[in-house]
Amino acid sequence: MKRKMLRWLLVLFLVSASNAHAVLTVKITRGADKPLPIAVVPFRSGGPLPEDMAAVVAADLERSGRFAPMAVEDMPATLSEIGFQDWRLLGMENLVVGGVTPSVNGYDVEFTLVDVYKGQKLYAYKGSTSANNLRFTAHQIADIIYEQLTGEKGAFATRIAYITVRGSGAGRKTYTLQVADSDGYNPRTLVQSPAEIFSPSWSPDGRKIAYASLEARTSAVYVQDIATGQRQAVATGRGINSAPEFSPDGSKLALRRSVDGNPEIYVLHLSTGLFQRLTNDPAIDTEPTWSPDGQRIAFTSDRSGSPQIYEVSLVSPSPRRITFNQGDYNARPRYSPDGRYLAVVNGGGNGYQIGVLGLNDGSFRIVTDTYQDESPSFAPNGGMIIYSTLGAGGTELAASSVDGRVRQRIDLQGGEEVREPAWGPFRK
Amino acid sequence: MHNRALQVLILIIASSLIFGCARNRKETTASVEDKSEGLTAEELAAKTQGTADSQGLEGSAVGEDLTGQAGVSSSDRIIYFDYDSSTVKEEYRPIIEAAANYLAANPSATVTLEGHTDERGSREYNLALGERRSQAVQRQMVLLGASTNQIHGTSYGEERPADPGHDETAYAQNRRVEVIY
Repeated sequence: MKRKMLRWLLVLFLVSASNAHAVLTVKITRGADKPLPIAVVPFRSGGPLPEDMAAVVAADLERSGRFAPMAVEDMPATLSEIGFQDWRLLGMENLVVGGVTPSVNGYDVEFTLVDVYKGQKLYAYKGSTSANNLRFTAHQIADIIYEQLTGEKGAFATRIAYITVRGSGAGRKTYTLQVADSDGYNPRTLVQSPAEIFSPSWSPDGRKIAYASLEARTSAVYVQDIATGQRQAVATGRGINSAPEFSPDGSKLALRRSVDGNPEIYVLHLSTGLFQRLTNDPAIDTEPTWSPDGQRIAFTSDRSGSPQIYEVSLVSPSPRRITFNQGDYNARPRYSPDGRYLAVVNGGGNGYQIGVLGLNDGSFRIVTDTYQDESPSFAPNGGMIIYSTLGAGGTELAASSVDGRVRQRIDLQGGEEVREPAWGPFRK
Repeated sequence: MHNRALQVLILIIASSLIFGCARNRKETTASVEDKSEGLTAEELAAKTQGTADSQGLEGSAVGEDLTGQAGVSSSDRIIYFDYDSSTVKEEYRPIIEAAANYLAANPSATVTLEGHTDERGSREYNLALGERRSQAVQRQMVLLGASTNQIHGTSYGEERPADPGHDETAYAQNRRVEVIY
């Protein structure tokens, strides 16, 4: 019977990253106090390449707000003749040189990261890639450089999922679920619908996305394979089924259902299709999210009178309130990948911003200065939080570092609204 | 297209009668949704005309003589809420009584209750808040004689605002339950 319920549906899968897709562009609105100067020299190559690898690397580093890459036009004309001394005089602390050569299967790529002051090679890399993967390889190189110089893992070679809304007025809107590289390139439409799509969540292997849709008479939850477009309706029927979140091991979904009349938190075991109910309270319980160890679920509940964050253990389901002194409105929690922080939508007299609660020390910091901020999602390295905010043309995306010191505005060209960003996992 | 425009116009006139002319309806014009699938423009026009006649142009409250009818204009079928609240205010009792009486008198009839919120705060919480608003209205209708299985409650959360604006005037229009006959 369960199998019957878990019926597979094939949906139209739009593969092309065609010109119909608008590309996200990222602008730094606030950078680190002292971004690190670095020169990423254009990669040597025998001929023209489909991608300017060095430009992709430099853009990634710059977007992080922690690096100040040198403009190519400011670099010395005779690069091969200059030594470390000259880069030092130009104020550079680090230097990246690399090369790309065509091979049988695509391209061989190599690069070297040099500490100009010490005159030392910090990292040398050699690998091969295909023409289609040149950009991805460039993002991986940026990740390596970022980790070598900051000590933190990079998250450039990752993807983000988000919802776009085109058109206005009842029945004239088009909603899409899209996936793009973390720099906004290669956007791909996974789902397109005249009905609302919301709450996308990545599977931990990066192959599937769970989401809710109002395409049926009421909200249902679907799981869709990114590569094949195949999708499965996993929570349908009476009441509202929504807010899905994959467990860290990918075997379960936390979600909210109101099959018994009231919104409650459930865990769906994907292999059996069985639902396990975690909450039982006449209040609103929604927006569940997993702790990184998969042992606990944080969620929003207004059982105290206003929305606050609660946490429940899977083994002893007695919810415990965890926001107390952070105002009257705390909702849509997300754990940082290391489990030390919880990002929430924090509301008060000044609208809604993204707040970061320290779970160990009880610290609380508002990290955004925009208006009507929603849907925080941590990068898999824990460095940045991407979220949606209200801009001049409707909802758009923005990002902030966890300490609030680096901020980005992410624009989508083409008059579409963008919302509910979900940062995907590290790619293997 | 023409019918829709007409319906939109009628809905606007009807709501102006209820709420007075104080607020600027400019933004609303573009966005009032057609939620009156069951009625033709002519029927709506006829019934809305009745509203204007019985209340006069200065009418500012729902007239007693309308409460016996099934919801016909937006003013007769939309219940508005305070921020983050699902408490049904006393002033909307006539709308609920009218629906309950209609359902009690017509056991085969059904209505849909669509809960909505303003855009502030988190999307999924708002979906639940809209759901709770429609449930609050449903409970009152059942207490007044309607049967639970005559009422289909749902929520669109903040997804389908009646007014696309980003100020309190718009928000007040968007925190609502629509009774769809």
